[in-house]
Amino acid sequence: MTGLLRRVAPQLLTLLAVLVLVTIFFPGFLSVGVSGDRLVGSPIDVLKRGAPVALLAIGMTLVIATRGIDLSVGAVMAICGASAALAIDQGWGLGAAIPLALAAGLLCGLWNGFLVAVLGIQPIVATLILMVAGRGIAQLITEGQILTFSDPGLAFLGSGTVLGLPAPAWLWIGAGIVAGLVVRRTALGLLIESVGVNLRASRLAGVNSTVLLLTVYMISGLCAALAGLIVTGDIRGADANNAGLWLELDAILAVAIGGTSLLGGRFSILASLIGAMVIQSINTGILLAGFPPEFNLVIKAALVLLILMLQSPRLGDLAAGMSLRRRRADEAAAAPRVLPEVRQ
Amino acid sequence: MLLQARSLTKRFPGTLALDGVTFELAAGEVHALLGENGAGKSTLIKCLTGAYRRDGGEIVLDGRPVDPQSTAHAQELGIGTVYQEVNLLPNLTVAENLTLGRQPRRWGLTSRRGMRALAREMLAGYGLDIDVERDLGAYSVAVQQIVAIARAVHLSGKVLILDEPTASLDAREVAMLFDVVRRLRERGLGIVFVSHFLDQVFAISDRITVLRNGRHIATTEAAGLDRLRLVNLMLGRELEQATGHGRTAHDAGEELLRAERLGKRGRIAPFDLSIRKGEVVGMAGLLGSGRTETAEVLFGATAADSGAVKDRAGAIDVSTPARAIASGFGFAPEDRKTDGIIGDLSVRENIALALQAHRGWARPIPRAEQRRLAEDFIRRLDIRTPGPEKPVGQLSGGNQQKVILARWLAMNPRFLILDEPTRGIDVGAHAEVLRLINEMVAGGMSLLVISSELEELVTVSDRVIVVRDRRHVAELTGQEITTDAIVRAIAAPEAATEAAE
Repeated sequence: MTGLLRRVAPQLLTLLAVLVLVTIFFPGFLSVGVSGDRLVGSPIDVLKRGAPVALLAIGMTLVIATRGIDLSVGAVMAICGASAALAIDQGWGLGAAIPLALAAGLLCGLWNGFLVAVLGIQPIVATLILMVAGRGIAQLITEGQILTFSDPGLAFLGSGTVLGLPAPAWLWIGAGIVAGLVVRRTALGLLIESVGVNLRASRLAGVNSTVLLLTVYMISGLCAALAGLIVTGDIRGADANNAGLWLELDAILAVAIGGTSLLGGRFSILASLIGAMVIQSINTGILLAGFPPEFNLVIKAALVLLILMLQSPRLGDLAAGMSLRRRRADEAAAAPRVLPEVRQ
Repeated sequence: MLLQARSLTKRFPGTLALDGVTFELAAGEVHALLGENGAGKSTLIKCLTGAYRRDGGEIVLDGRPVDPQSTAHAQELGIGTVYQEVNLLPNLTVAENLTLGRQPRRWGLTSRRGMRALAREMLAGYGLDIDVERDLGAYSVAVQQIVAIARAVHLSGKVLILDEPTASLDAREVAMLFDVVRRLRERGLGIVFVSHFLDQVFAISDRITVLRNGRHIATTEAAGLDRLRLVNLMLGRELEQATGHGRTAHDAGEELLRAERLGKRGRIAPFDLSIRKGEVVGMAGLLGSGRTETAEVLFGATAADSGAVKDRAGAIDVSTPARAIASGFGFAPEDRKTDGIIGDLSVRENIALALQAHRGWARPIPRAEQRRLAEDFIRRLDIRTPGPEKPVGQLSGGNQQKVILARWLAMNPRFLILDEPTRGIDVGAHAEVLRLINEMVAGGMSLLVISSELEELVTVSDRVIVVRDRRHVAELTGQEITTDAIVRAIAAPEAATEAAE
């Protein structure tokens, strides 16, 4: 437990700093009230609005840990949302809509995984294909319209309340806990990290990297399906052009803020989820702080840049600066140097 | 002399890569440069081509001292190099590749017509009939090599260094390349030829220089040199010196498994191999001779395209490493860093990895058990680490090797392949790895040990297989196993038969 806390400490501090910063500009930011049977206030809003990116970040973390990337998740959200809306529109009911959306997500993940693991296409190119094609597929499903519906069940996924908290918040928290337990209580996490650090050596140690890569891309597709259901339920309609637009980039950013290297290996789902909340706090905070909307993107970019700079190991080295260099010099003088192996 | 390198010295932290090496190249000769891994061939070439700055000695070209600062500078001086992996741009046309950096210009723009003409002129005399307007990548590696040579000769024109040019060529392509080399020799170029293939060296070279451990060992006329002597020079052994078979003879048990006509085109010719229970089979051969390739098809790291592996129960599936492991195989590869360790993961995780992969993701080894496993092996194999949670990439080479051995011992395989188990590790760890090999065999495990250290093979092996030019060419057993006999077998099959008699 202490190890886990130490791992996510930078992300928690970042979140704290962002919350403090927003509160300075908008003093009422942290207040939570009760309205009827549900909690209201900006923090609750952050938990709800941040749900799609948080869900995507779960799958994205696992994909990135294998040294991959999934650019298609935004488009997959649109496909899955459209599938669910179609099922409702055709009168098949919620019992068909949700499984259909989840199956669509898994199928998209399988496609990406097939391109990466079986055909050996570079992940960024492989998932770019579905990123581009996915919105087209979603448009075909909705026949170019915004497919609206009035099914209360699906709408509930996007805007309902359970035990005082918005349903989307429960969904991402629940998915995060399930994913965290699955990867850490089984050997999946170890095998994913092993493949991410050294694919060839892992294969030679008997790791079935093909199945493993297929699995992580399918998990990513499943997470995108859940995110797509939330977005579709929230607006009570499937918008093939705008559902999940650019969210893959926010998800990658959440993973980066969460400290998982894009070069694969060690990962933390919890840290990525905190990263997603950091991004949503910035989004919501900028709106509430009353800056003219045209400043939003620039301020967001500046804050993210600042966060990543503060977390960068090289900056840490620079900060450690002179004292470290002096210590190293002392050590070098005191102890015989360990010489690196030279190979020809 | 066209090119003279006098007492070249190059130091790297911890090693003297070149120790006063002298090398001479005459105009109109092909001069082969030979040596095993770590002999200093690459370092010498890199000093000549300016990729490395030398620490001492001088380089004289055409009677004038030169000091190449970079490969581009060396090229201007007249020293051109062509590497094994063609370093041209496959997505540009042949003409663009040939003229890159000095395209003919017309009114300030590159002239495609001028470029074509120049490219055709550069290729004249190479016997190539290719369309210079097509992408270079559309042609075979051999053609790409020749284009690279044409470019290097055009730019430099005095000295041409060919670094392993034939490694990925088939026999016909090699002949085509050698035709080009012979023509260039007639034109008066000095050509340095680096290769592991002794047949090719004898086919093309006028003189041969052997390096070993960064030192110049010998330079002789190729015509008068016998193969056996050459291999001895490379490996640093004298014919008289015959280390005896050190392993106490023991009854190897019944046959554990056999490979029948197992092979992979272009990597290793089909071979038969029988391994008995509790037996150590050694494998000797020069670098690139097919030793590692044998291990890789046996373990499924490279899928075999012929033959099968069988045991008493029938055929064994070795199509992937995971399946080979399921049949009780293990493989500690030669290149620990890229193929062995998972650098960022801990010693504990690295040791548990193969066992965990075998059990499947759904049946995790409890952390406490992983820790016990790791601590147990850290003690048994004397792995020097502050603890089981240390990232394995931060340990020394010998300790990394022990971690990989621990990974396989945890699996308790029946057949373990060790590819260069003692390469690059210190003397103490070296002795311990050999001790471990004896322990494993005493426990009934069968081993295939690949090594360049002949004494080591002689000491540990019950049988030694010799590999040459991607074929299994000889097998030595019992009292036949001496470094002398192995060297003879590596040099030529006839010599090995003589030794056996």
